[in-house]
Amino acid sequence: MKKNTFLQTSSQTVGPFFAYGLAAQQYQYDFPSLVSGDLRKKDLLGQKINVKGQVIDGNDIPIHDALVEIWQADPNGNYDTNPNGKFFGFGRMGTGSGDFVGFNFKTYKPGITAPNSAPHINITVFARGMLNHLFSRIYFSDEEEENKKDLLLNEIDTSLRSRLIAEKENETEYRFDIYLQGDKETVFFDF
Amino acid sequence: MSINPWNRRDWSNHPKLIYPDYKSTKFRNPKNKLIKIENFKDIPSPKFSKDCMRPIDADLTKNAKKDHDPIGERIIIIGKVMDEFGRAVPDCLLEIWQANSAGRYIHREEIHDAPLDPNFLGAGMTLTDKNGDYKFTTIRPGSYPWGNHHNAWRPAHIHFSIYGRSFVDRLVTQMYFEGDPLFKYDPIFNSVPDKKAQDRLIAKFSIEETIPEFAHAYIFNIILRGRNATPMEI
Repeated sequence: MKKNTFLQTSSQTVGPFFAYGLAAQQYQYDFPSLVSGDLRKKDLLGQKINVKGQVIDGNDIPIHDALVEIWQADPNGNYDTNPNGKFFGFGRMGTGSGDFVGFNFKTYKPGITAPNSAPHINITVFARGMLNHLFSRIYFSDEEEENKKDLLLNEIDTSLRSRLIAEKENETEYRFDIYLQGDKETVFFDF
Repeated sequence: MSINPWNRRDWSNHPKLIYPDYKSTKFRNPKNKLIKIENFKDIPSPKFSKDCMRPIDADLTKNAKKDHDPIGERIIIIGKVMDEFGRAVPDCLLEIWQANSAGRYIHREEIHDAPLDPNFLGAGMTLTDKNGDYKFTTIRPGSYPWGNHHNAWRPAHIHFSIYGRSFVDRLVTQMYFEGDPLFKYDPIFNSVPDKKAQDRLIAKFSIEETIPEFAHAYIFNIILRGRNATPMEI
Protein backbone atom coordinates (compact mmCIF):
# COMPACT_ATOMS: atom_id res chain seq x y z
CA MET A 1 0.00 0.00 0.00
CA LYS A 2 1.26 3.44 -0.87
CA LYS A 3 1.95 5.77 1.98
CA ASN A 4 -0.24 8.84 2.06
CA THR A 5 2.11 11.78 1.79
CA PHE A 6 -0.53 14.50 1.98
CA LEU A 7 -3.02 15.00 4.78
CA GLN A 8 -6.73 15.54 4.30
CA THR A 9 -7.93 19.12 4.30
CA SER A 10 -9.92 19.66 7.50
CA SER A 11 -13.68 19.95 7.46
CA GLN A 12 -15.36 23.18 8.58
CA THR A 13 -19.01 24.09 9.05
CA VAL A 14 -21.21 25.04 6.12
CA GLY A 15 -22.33 27.96 8.32
CA PRO A 16 -25.70 29.72 8.25
CA PHE A 17 -25.36 31.48 4.89
CA PHE A 18 -24.86 28.75 2.29
CA ALA A 19 -28.21 29.24 0.57
CA TYR A 20 -27.24 31.79 -2.11
CA GLY A 21 -24.26 29.65 -3.08
CA LEU A 22 -25.39 26.04 -2.77
CA ALA A 23 -29.16 26.27 -3.21
CA ALA A 24 -29.60 29.65 -4.89
CA GLN A 25 -32.63 28.84 -7.00
CA GLN A 26 -34.51 27.14 -4.18
CA TYR A 27 -34.02 30.29 -2.11
CA GLN A 28 -34.58 32.60 -5.09
CA TYR A 29 -31.17 34.17 -5.32
CA ASP A 30 -29.93 35.21 -8.73
CA PHE A 31 -27.31 32.50 -9.26
CA PRO A 32 -27.43 29.14 -11.07
CA SER A 33 -28.00 25.89 -9.18
CA LEU A 34 -26.47 22.70 -10.53
CA VAL A 35 -28.71 20.50 -8.41
CA SER A 36 -32.09 20.87 -6.78
CA GLY A 37 -34.69 18.98 -4.78
CA ASP A 38 -36.50 17.85 -7.92
CA LEU A 39 -35.04 14.64 -9.36
CA ARG A 40 -38.05 14.11 -11.60
CA LYS A 41 -36.95 16.51 -14.33
CA LYS A 42 -37.51 13.79 -16.92
CA ASP A 43 -40.40 11.35 -17.08
CA LEU A 44 -39.50 7.71 -16.70
CA LEU A 45 -41.15 4.48 -15.72
CA GLY A 46 -41.12 4.06 -12.00
CA GLN A 47 -42.85 4.96 -8.79
CA LYS A 48 -42.99 8.71 -8.18
CA ILE A 49 -42.37 9.46 -4.53
CA ASN A 50 -41.68 12.42 -2.29
CA VAL A 51 -39.23 12.01 0.54
CA LYS A 52 -40.00 14.54 3.21
CA GLY A 53 -38.45 15.21 6.58
CA GLN A 54 -36.94 17.58 9.08
CA VAL A 55 -33.50 17.90 10.61
CA ILE A 56 -34.12 18.10 14.36
CA ASP A 57 -31.65 19.20 17.04
CA GLY A 58 -31.12 17.89 20.57
CA ASN A 59 -33.73 20.31 21.92
CA ASP A 60 -36.31 18.85 19.55
CA ILE A 61 -36.31 21.96 17.39
CA PRO A 62 -36.37 21.60 13.59
CA ILE A 63 -33.31 23.26 12.09
CA HIS A 64 -33.96 25.78 9.34
CA ASP A 65 -30.34 26.22 8.29
CA ALA A 66 -29.39 22.65 7.42
CA LEU A 67 -28.47 21.41 3.97
CA VAL A 68 -29.35 17.90 2.86
CA GLU A 69 -27.98 15.98 -0.12
CA ILE A 70 -29.31 12.71 -1.48
CA TRP A 71 -27.67 10.22 -3.84
CA GLN A 72 -29.74 7.38 -5.18
CA ALA A 73 -30.22 4.86 -7.96
CA ASP A 74 -32.95 5.05 -10.60
CA PRO A 75 -36.01 2.76 -10.47
CA ASN A 76 -33.93 0.03 -12.14
CA GLY A 77 -31.17 0.22 -9.55
CA ASN A 78 -28.62 2.04 -11.69
CA TYR A 79 -26.71 5.12 -10.66
CA ASP A 80 -26.63 7.88 -13.25
CA THR A 81 -24.14 10.60 -12.38
CA ASN A 82 -24.65 12.57 -15.58
CA PRO A 83 -26.51 15.81 -14.76
CA ASN A 84 -28.15 15.63 -18.19
CA GLY A 85 -28.84 11.90 -18.08
CA LYS A 86 -32.23 10.21 -17.91
CA PHE A 87 -32.23 10.18 -14.14
CA PHE A 88 -29.65 12.29 -12.34
CA GLY A 89 -29.79 10.61 -8.95
CA PHE A 90 -28.43 13.47 -6.97
CA GLY A 91 -30.41 16.10 -5.06
CA ARG A 92 -29.76 18.94 -2.69
CA MET A 93 -32.04 21.10 -0.55
CA GLY A 94 -31.77 23.59 2.27
CA THR A 95 -34.31 23.24 5.06
CA GLY A 96 -35.30 26.89 5.38
CA SER A 97 -36.88 28.15 2.19
CA GLY A 98 -40.57 27.69 2.98
CA ASP A 99 -43.20 27.31 5.68
CA PHE A 100 -42.22 23.68 6.21
CA VAL A 101 -38.86 23.68 8.01
CA GLY A 102 -37.36 20.71 6.29
CA PHE A 103 -36.75 19.03 2.96
CA ASN A 104 -39.09 17.46 0.44
CA PHE A 105 -37.38 15.71 -2.45
CA LYS A 106 -39.38 14.84 -5.52
CA THR A 107 -37.93 11.66 -6.86
CA TYR A 108 -38.52 8.08 -7.99
CA LYS A 109 -38.31 5.16 -5.65
CA PRO A 110 -34.87 3.63 -6.21
CA GLY A 111 -34.52 0.07 -7.43
CA ILE A 112 -32.30 -2.64 -6.00
CA THR A 113 -28.64 -1.89 -6.74
CA ALA A 114 -27.06 -5.19 -5.74
CA PRO A 115 -27.96 -8.58 -4.27
CA ASN A 116 -28.81 -8.33 -0.57
CA SER A 117 -29.22 -4.59 -0.79
CA ALA A 118 -32.68 -3.16 -0.18
CA PRO A 119 -33.84 -0.03 -2.02
CA HIS A 120 -32.30 2.97 -0.29
CA ILE A 121 -31.26 6.59 -0.62
CA ASN A 122 -27.90 7.82 0.65
CA ILE A 123 -28.18 11.05 2.59
CA THR A 124 -25.59 13.60 3.71
CA VAL A 125 -26.39 16.31 6.25
CA PHE A 126 -24.70 19.68 6.77
CA ALA A 127 -25.69 22.55 9.08
CA ARG A 128 -24.54 25.55 11.01
CA GLY A 129 -23.24 24.04 14.23
CA MET A 130 -21.94 20.95 12.45
CA LEU A 131 -18.19 21.02 11.83
CA ASN A 132 -18.39 17.77 9.85
CA HIS A 133 -21.07 16.42 7.56
CA LEU A 134 -22.94 13.29 8.57
CA PHE A 135 -23.79 10.29 6.38
CA SER A 136 -26.90 8.19 6.77
CA ARG A 137 -29.29 6.12 4.68
CA ILE A 138 -33.01 6.07 4.03
CA TYR A 139 -34.74 2.69 3.66
CA PHE A 140 -38.46 2.21 3.07
CA SER A 141 -41.06 0.86 5.50
CA ASP A 142 -42.91 -1.06 2.76
CA GLU A 143 -39.81 -3.09 1.80
CA GLU A 144 -39.78 -5.32 4.86
CA GLU A 145 -38.57 -8.45 3.09
CA GLU A 146 -35.76 -6.67 1.25
CA ASN A 147 -34.77 -4.78 4.39
CA LYS A 148 -34.31 -8.07 6.26
CA LYS A 149 -31.73 -9.18 3.68
CA ASP A 150 -29.86 -5.89 3.45
CA LEU A 151 -26.19 -6.30 4.35
CA LEU A 152 -25.73 -2.79 5.71
CA LEU A 153 -28.88 -2.90 7.85
CA ASN A 154 -27.68 -6.22 9.20
CA GLU A 155 -24.49 -4.55 10.39
CA ILE A 156 -26.64 -2.25 12.58
CA ASP A 157 -27.90 -3.16 16.05
CA THR A 158 -31.47 -4.51 15.76
CA SER A 159 -32.87 -1.88 18.11
CA LEU A 160 -31.52 0.93 15.91
CA ARG A 161 -32.58 -0.29 12.47
CA SER A 162 -35.98 1.39 12.54
CA ARG A 163 -34.18 4.75 12.70
CA LEU A 164 -33.01 4.22 9.15
CA ILE A 165 -36.43 3.43 7.74
CA ALA A 166 -38.71 6.07 6.25
CA GLU A 167 -42.38 5.66 7.12
CA LYS A 168 -44.84 5.48 4.29
CA GLU A 169 -47.36 8.28 4.89
CA ASN A 170 -49.44 7.67 1.78
CA GLU A 171 -49.08 6.30 -1.75
CA THR A 172 -46.55 8.93 -2.78
CA GLU A 173 -44.97 10.23 0.40
CA TYR A 174 -42.36 8.86 2.77
CA ARG A 175 -41.31 10.62 5.93
CA PHE A 176 -37.74 10.51 7.22
CA ASP A 177 -36.84 12.84 10.08
CA ILE A 178 -33.20 13.20 11.00
CA TYR A 179 -32.59 13.45 14.74
CA LEU A 180 -29.12 14.84 15.30
CA GLN A 181 -29.21 13.99 19.00
CA GLY A 182 -31.37 12.51 21.74
CA ASP A 183 -33.50 9.39 22.33
CA LYS A 184 -34.31 9.02 18.65
CA GLU A 185 -30.84 9.93 17.38
CA THR A 186 -30.46 8.85 13.77
CA VAL A 187 -27.79 6.30 12.93
CA PHE A 188 -24.86 7.99 11.23
CA PHE A 189 -22.05 6.28 9.38
CA ASP A 190 -18.37 6.63 8.87
CA PHE A 191 -17.71 5.24 5.40
CA MET B 1 -21.35 -4.33 -2.48
CA SER B 2 -17.63 -4.26 -2.11
CA ILE B 3 -15.07 -3.45 0.51
CA ASN B 4 -14.62 0.26 1.13
CA PRO B 5 -11.97 1.34 -1.37
CA TRP B 6 -11.48 4.76 0.22
CA ASN B 7 -9.22 5.85 3.00
CA ARG B 8 -11.44 6.88 5.88
CA ARG B 9 -11.93 10.39 7.12
CA ASP B 10 -8.75 11.19 9.01
CA TRP B 11 -10.08 12.29 12.38
CA SER B 12 -6.68 13.59 13.48
CA ASN B 13 -7.27 16.41 10.98
CA HIS B 14 -11.05 16.93 11.26
CA PRO B 15 -12.77 18.63 14.19
CA LYS B 16 -14.61 16.68 16.85
CA LEU B 17 -18.34 16.59 16.23
CA ILE B 18 -19.07 18.42 19.47
CA TYR B 19 -16.66 21.26 20.16
CA PRO B 20 -18.15 23.20 23.09
CA ASP B 21 -16.38 26.51 22.35
CA TYR B 22 -18.51 26.64 19.21
CA LYS B 23 -21.76 26.65 21.11
CA SER B 24 -24.21 25.46 18.51
CA THR B 25 -22.28 22.20 18.06
CA LYS B 26 -23.65 21.02 21.44
CA PHE B 27 -27.17 20.19 20.29
CA ARG B 28 -26.58 19.65 16.60
CA ASN B 29 -24.40 16.56 16.57
CA PRO B 30 -24.85 12.94 17.58
CA LYS B 31 -23.57 11.66 20.90
CA ASN B 32 -23.33 8.10 19.64
CA LYS B 33 -20.24 7.05 17.75
CA LEU B 34 -20.43 7.02 13.98
CA ILE B 35 -20.82 3.46 12.78
CA LYS B 36 -18.02 2.24 10.56
CA ILE B 37 -19.36 0.66 7.40
CA GLU B 38 -17.17 -1.75 5.46
CA ASN B 39 -19.50 -3.06 2.79
CA PHE B 40 -21.29 -0.65 0.53
CA LYS B 41 -21.70 0.15 -3.11
CA ASP B 42 -19.46 3.02 -4.04
CA ILE B 43 -21.13 5.78 -6.04
CA PRO B 44 -19.07 8.06 -8.24
CA SER B 45 -19.61 11.79 -7.90
CA PRO B 46 -21.76 13.72 -10.37
CA LYS B 47 -19.97 14.26 -13.68
CA PHE B 48 -20.28 17.99 -14.10
CA SER B 49 -18.65 19.48 -17.16
CA LYS B 50 -17.76 22.96 -18.34
CA ASP B 51 -21.08 22.95 -20.21
CA CYS B 52 -22.91 23.00 -16.86
CA MET B 53 -21.63 26.47 -16.01
CA ARG B 54 -20.54 29.79 -17.45
CA PRO B 55 -16.86 30.83 -17.32
CA ILE B 56 -18.05 33.94 -15.49
CA ASP B 57 -19.20 31.77 -12.58
CA ALA B 58 -15.55 31.52 -11.52
CA ASP B 59 -15.20 35.31 -11.46
CA LEU B 60 -17.14 36.79 -8.54
CA THR B 61 -16.11 40.31 -9.56
CA LYS B 62 -18.11 39.84 -12.76
CA ASN B 63 -20.88 37.29 -12.15
CA ALA B 64 -23.17 39.72 -10.31
CA LYS B 65 -21.87 42.98 -11.77
CA LYS B 66 -24.60 45.43 -12.65
CA ASP B 67 -23.06 48.81 -13.44
CA HIS B 68 -19.74 49.01 -11.55
CA ASP B 69 -17.02 46.69 -10.38
CA PRO B 70 -17.61 45.51 -6.82
CA ILE B 71 -15.90 47.51 -4.07
CA GLY B 72 -12.86 46.01 -2.38
CA GLU B 73 -9.51 44.41 -2.95
CA ARG B 74 -9.58 42.16 -6.03
CA ILE B 75 -7.76 38.85 -5.50
CA ILE B 76 -7.24 35.61 -7.31
CA ILE B 77 -7.27 32.25 -5.57
CA ILE B 78 -5.50 29.38 -7.23
CA GLY B 79 -4.79 25.88 -6.10
CA LYS B 80 -4.66 22.21 -6.83
CA VAL B 81 -7.05 19.51 -5.69
CA MET B 82 -5.22 16.28 -4.91
CA ASP B 83 -5.79 13.11 -2.95
CA GLU B 84 -3.70 11.88 -0.04
CA PHE B 85 -1.24 10.25 -2.43
CA GLY B 86 -0.67 13.47 -4.33
CA ARG B 87 -2.70 12.43 -7.35
CA ALA B 88 -4.48 15.33 -9.05
CA VAL B 89 -8.29 15.24 -9.01
CA PRO B 90 -9.51 16.54 -12.38
CA ASP B 91 -13.07 17.73 -13.22
CA CYS B 92 -13.76 18.33 -9.56
CA LEU B 93 -16.60 20.71 -8.73
CA LEU B 94 -15.72 23.55 -6.38
CA GLU B 95 -18.43 25.91 -5.15
CA ILE B 96 -17.59 28.92 -3.00
CA TRP B 97 -19.53 31.55 -1.09
CA GLN B 98 -18.37 34.47 1.01
CA ALA B 99 -19.08 37.87 2.55
CA ASN B 100 -18.35 41.07 0.62
CA SER B 101 -15.44 43.40 1.37
CA ALA B 102 -17.39 45.02 4.21
CA GLY B 103 -18.00 41.68 5.92
CA ARG B 104 -21.63 41.44 4.83
CA TYR B 105 -23.26 38.32 3.45
CA ILE B 106 -26.07 38.84 0.98
CA HIS B 107 -28.09 36.09 2.70
CA ARG B 108 -31.48 37.51 3.75
CA GLU B 109 -31.09 36.44 7.35
CA GLU B 110 -27.81 38.28 7.81
CA ILE B 111 -28.41 41.32 10.02
CA HIS B 112 -24.87 42.65 10.48
CA ASP B 113 -24.93 46.41 9.99
CA ALA B 114 -22.52 46.66 7.08
CA PRO B 115 -23.36 47.68 3.53
CA LEU B 116 -24.38 45.31 0.78
CA ASP B 117 -22.64 45.78 -2.55
CA PRO B 118 -25.12 45.90 -5.45
CA ASN B 119 -22.42 44.55 -7.77
CA PHE B 120 -21.42 41.57 -5.66
CA LEU B 121 -23.26 38.39 -4.78
CA GLY B 122 -20.41 36.35 -3.29
CA ALA B 123 -21.08 32.96 -4.88
CA GLY B 124 -19.00 31.16 -7.49
CA MET B 125 -18.27 27.77 -8.97
CA THR B 126 -15.73 26.10 -11.20
CA LEU B 127 -14.21 22.75 -12.12
CA THR B 128 -10.61 21.69 -11.77
CA ASP B 129 -8.77 21.14 -15.05
CA LYS B 130 -7.02 17.92 -16.07
CA ASN B 131 -4.14 18.69 -13.71
CA GLY B 132 -6.46 19.30 -10.77
CA ASP B 133 -5.88 23.05 -10.89
CA TYR B 134 -8.54 25.70 -10.29
CA LYS B 135 -8.77 29.47 -10.20
CA PHE B 136 -11.26 31.98 -8.82
CA THR B 137 -11.23 35.75 -9.11
CA THR B 138 -13.02 37.53 -6.28
CA ILE B 139 -12.98 40.33 -3.71
CA ARG B 140 -11.21 39.79 -0.42
CA PRO B 141 -13.98 39.27 2.16
CA GLY B 142 -14.21 41.30 5.36
CA SER B 143 -14.50 39.94 8.88
CA TYR B 144 -17.93 39.88 10.49
CA PRO B 145 -19.32 39.56 14.00
CA TRP B 146 -21.36 36.61 15.21
CA GLY B 147 -23.18 35.78 18.39
CA ASN B 148 -21.16 32.86 19.68
CA HIS B 149 -19.58 34.78 22.56
CA HIS B 150 -18.83 38.35 23.61
CA ASN B 151 -17.06 40.30 20.85
CA ALA B 152 -16.89 37.29 18.54
CA TRP B 153 -15.59 38.03 15.03
CA ARG B 154 -14.93 35.49 12.34
CA PRO B 155 -11.55 35.73 10.62
CA ALA B 156 -12.03 36.59 6.95
CA HIS B 157 -12.83 33.38 5.10
CA ILE B 158 -14.28 31.86 1.98
CA HIS B 159 -16.48 28.76 2.16
CA PHE B 160 -15.58 25.88 -0.17
CA SER B 161 -17.75 22.91 -1.12
CA ILE B 162 -15.97 20.11 -2.99
CA TYR B 163 -17.01 16.81 -4.55
CA GLY B 164 -14.25 14.25 -4.75
CA ARG B 165 -14.54 11.09 -6.81
CA SER B 166 -17.08 9.24 -4.65
CA PHE B 167 -20.10 10.16 -2.56
CA VAL B 168 -18.02 9.31 0.53
CA ASP B 169 -15.36 11.79 -0.57
CA ARG B 170 -17.25 14.97 0.21
CA LEU B 171 -15.71 18.05 1.77
CA VAL B 172 -17.04 21.39 2.98
CA THR B 173 -14.40 23.66 4.44
CA GLN B 174 -13.30 27.27 4.85
CA MET B 175 -10.27 29.03 3.45
CA TYR B 176 -8.61 31.68 5.59
CA PHE B 177 -6.04 34.39 4.84
CA GLU B 178 -2.44 34.52 5.98
CA GLY B 179 -1.75 36.84 8.91
CA ASP B 180 -5.30 37.29 10.21
CA PRO B 181 -5.19 38.56 13.81
CA LEU B 182 -8.48 36.80 14.66
CA PHE B 183 -7.30 33.18 14.37
CA LYS B 184 -6.57 32.73 18.03
CA TYR B 185 -10.04 33.91 19.05
CA ASP B 186 -12.09 31.90 16.58
CA PRO B 187 -13.56 28.60 17.83
CA ILE B 188 -14.42 27.38 14.33
CA PHE B 189 -10.81 27.72 13.16
CA ASN B 190 -9.53 26.29 16.45
CA SER B 191 -11.88 23.30 16.27
CA VAL B 192 -9.31 21.84 13.87
CA PRO B 193 -7.33 19.67 16.29
CA ASP B 194 -3.87 20.03 14.83
CA LYS B 195 -1.86 23.24 14.34
CA LYS B 196 -0.43 22.03 11.07
CA ALA B 197 -3.90 21.15 9.83
CA GLN B 198 -5.05 24.65 10.83
CA ASP B 199 -2.18 26.10 8.84
CA ARG B 200 -3.29 24.14 5.77
CA LEU B 201 -6.63 26.00 5.85
CA ILE B 202 -4.75 29.29 5.46
CA ALA B 203 -4.24 30.52 1.91
CA LYS B 204 -0.72 31.80 1.30
CA PHE B 205 0.04 35.04 -0.49
CA SER B 206 2.18 34.47 -3.59
CA ILE B 207 4.13 37.27 -5.25
CA GLU B 208 4.97 34.90 -8.12
CA GLU B 209 1.31 34.34 -8.95
CA THR B 210 0.26 37.93 -8.25
CA ILE B 211 -0.76 39.62 -11.48
CA PRO B 212 0.93 43.00 -11.98
CA GLU B 213 -1.46 45.96 -12.00
CA PHE B 214 -4.39 43.60 -11.38
CA ALA B 215 -4.68 41.42 -8.28
CA HIS B 216 -2.91 39.76 -5.36
CA ALA B 217 -2.80 35.99 -5.58
CA TYR B 218 -3.40 33.45 -2.84
CA ILE B 219 -2.69 29.73 -3.05
CA PHE B 220 -5.06 27.24 -1.45
CA ASN B 221 -4.49 23.54 -2.16
CA ILE B 222 -7.11 20.99 -1.18
CA ILE B 223 -6.41 17.38 -0.20
CA LEU B 224 -9.22 14.85 -0.53
CA ARG B 225 -9.38 11.24 0.61
CA GLY B 226 -7.17 8.72 -1.13
CA ARG B 227 -8.34 5.60 -2.85
CA ASN B 228 -6.58 2.56 -1.42
CA ALA B 229 -3.88 1.36 -3.76
CA THR B 230 -4.76 -2.01 -5.25
CA PRO B 231 -2.14 -4.52 -6.44
CA MET B 232 -2.86 -3.35 -10.00
CA GLU B 233 -1.72 0.12 -9.07
CA ILE B 234 1.42 -1.23 -7.40
